Amino acid sequence: MVTPAPADEAAVDTRRPLRRGRRGGRRRSIARRLVTLPFLLLGMTLLMFLISRFLPADPAVAFLGNNGADNQQAVDAFNARYGLDRPLWEQYWIYLDRLLHGDLGTSISTSRPVADELAAAFPATLELAVAALLISLVVGIPLGILAAARRSSLFDRLTGGATLLGVSMPPFVLALLALQVLYLQLGWVAGPGRLDPFLDPPPTVTGLMTIDALLAGRPAVALDVLHHLVLPAVVLGVIHGAFFARVVRSTMVDALRGDFVRTARGKGLSGRVIVGRHAFRFALIPTLSLVGLTFGELFAGAITVETITGWPGVGRYMYNAATKLDFPAVMAGTLLIGIAYVLVNLIVDLLYGVADPRVEAS
Amino acid sequence: MTRPVESAPGLRLLRPVSPAQWVGLSIIAAWVLLAVLAPLVSADPLAQQTADRLQAPSFAHPFGTDQLGRDVLSRVLHGGRATLPIGVSIVLLATLVGVPLGALAGFVRGWLDEAVMRVADLLLALPALVLALAIAAALGPSVSSAVIAIAAVMWPRYARLARGQVLTLRQREFVLADRATGASPAQVLWQTVLPNAAPVVTLVAVLDLGTATLAGATLSFLGLGVQPPTPEWGAMVSTAVQTPEAWWASLFPGFALVSFVVAVNLYGQVFDRKGLGR
Repeated sequence: MVTPAPADEAAVDTRRPLRRGRRGGRRRSIARRLVTLPFLLLGMTLLMFLISRFLPADPAVAFLGNNGADNQQAVDAFNARYGLDRPLWEQYWIYLDRLLHGDLGTSISTSRPVADELAAAFPATLELAVAALLISLVVGIPLGILAAARRSSLFDRLTGGATLLGVSMPPFVLALLALQVLYLQLGWVAGPGRLDPFLDPPPTVTGLMTIDALLAGRPAVALDVLHHLVLPAVVLGVIHGAFFARVVRSTMVDALRGDFVRTARGKGLSGRVIVGRHAFRFALIPTLSLVGLTFGELFAGAITVETITGWPGVGRYMYNAATKLDFPAVMAGTLLIGIAYVLVNLIVDLLYGVADPRVEAS
Repeated sequence: MTRPVESAPGLRLLRPVSPAQWVGLSIIAAWVLLAVLAPLVSADPLAQQTADRLQAPSFAHPFGTDQLGRDVLSRVLHGGRATLPIGVSIVLLATLVGVPLGALAGFVRGWLDEAVMRVADLLLALPALVLALAIAAALGPSVSSAVIAIAAVMWPRYARLARGQVLTLRQREFVLADRATGASPAQVLWQTVLPNAAPVVTLVAVLDLGTATLAGATLSFLGLGVQPPTPEWGAMVSTAVQTPEAWWASLFPGFALVSFVVAVNLYGQVFDRKGLGR
């Protein structure tokens, strides 16, 4: 589900002339982000705590089942064990204390610590998200540039239609379509899972199995993981590639109207140089600022796409937890995704400040 | 007291101008019509014919049958009766919560503004669908919890929008004139500011229909919205995933959903280009 993201404060108006003092402004905004980060993370824990406490589902009933909930002694013991008989602020304090010690609760469906299960699943999702992001940029940016350079041509219209379809496409429908066509009909990609069950997984170093396999000197395993990764990564990559293509096209169209392009034309530079060298740089920057926001959509899309394609990440874990109403797992998974999302956005903005040539120039 | 509404763009903002917009509107209208007429034009979506399980599309069943031998075409047509109202309800609820909160925050300012906007920031800082999933799971799987969960993550958009509108409008001459005539703050907000903010809010709400419908169908796909055997596009896709060899059972409801969202976006992309609404 991709909506054209609202212009972030980091987005740059391409038509605005270069101005001194931008660096100061960006520094201030990054400093502000760093100061508010702890409050944001604290707010997220409070939000997840409140959702799990105030909503109708009774944790004791959820944990003990309806039969267990009839037994008052068991309910009292459960409440005492998890501190549910204490005042709310104290419960929140206990919850925070547990979180800081890496205790995300116990899964109701598997009776295992949620933290362990999420730690095992998260690298798979990160691997998928990074692969999907790379595909989306490689597909989206050239399409957007070509469409803008040949504005109103047949090519522009066709990509316009295709990308509109792409941004309107729910990930789960495209995943199904891809599973039908690429796996069941054509057999071009590997099916469910992350690795052929007959292959030994490489020793975990980074958690990203493609890289771990290469580090272990087993390129065949890396290739097999890649073969499994293609299906979910292409699905998410195509959807977000469509989004990037639309963003790049519209910023390029604006950039091509800019004064510096007129100057370049006046100097007699060829259209290719103007598009490829001048306007391209201007259009790329606002696009890169959207990369962080895209991660949120990627994590959300991973829930359905991982489920359909059998990729064993946080998304599939969340799906299983949600369908079994395994609250500790759902709440912890949401918190993990939320924290990862906030941190990724912060990192992207920091890198973006480094990469913006106008910051360098001033 | 006269209200010079003509100073704001007004609802003619929504009038389609391009052929693409007309196509989008026609598809939307067609789906609405089909959903309304579904009981008249199609067979019973719940009738099971166990002998005809997982039949490929044929003359008798143009979209085939599902794993219980139900006619997929009838279920797709009836599915619109669940999917589309859920999308509308989500947008309505998010607007009804977000607009008053945002408008009040922008009008009163002070601690109320601060409190509302910080909560909005927090909700917008999380991936929307993931948070909605958590809320829906905690509320228990049902149509209403899916609607509430998605509206709970969408209202901050409207709060921000309404607040921004109020902040700009309160500086406009006709609002100042209104205040000069001795109208109370509540009157100014209710009779002058809000009607002038309405067109832009309506536009955003209409454009959000696609996203909201998609989000609702996704929660149903995840088993947290519409429950079986009620036909709903997302839920139908979810059930059909278990029988991948019967592609028709999952792809037809999937395409129905995509066509509706494409139609909304086709209607809306003109506004994107003008920089309106987002």
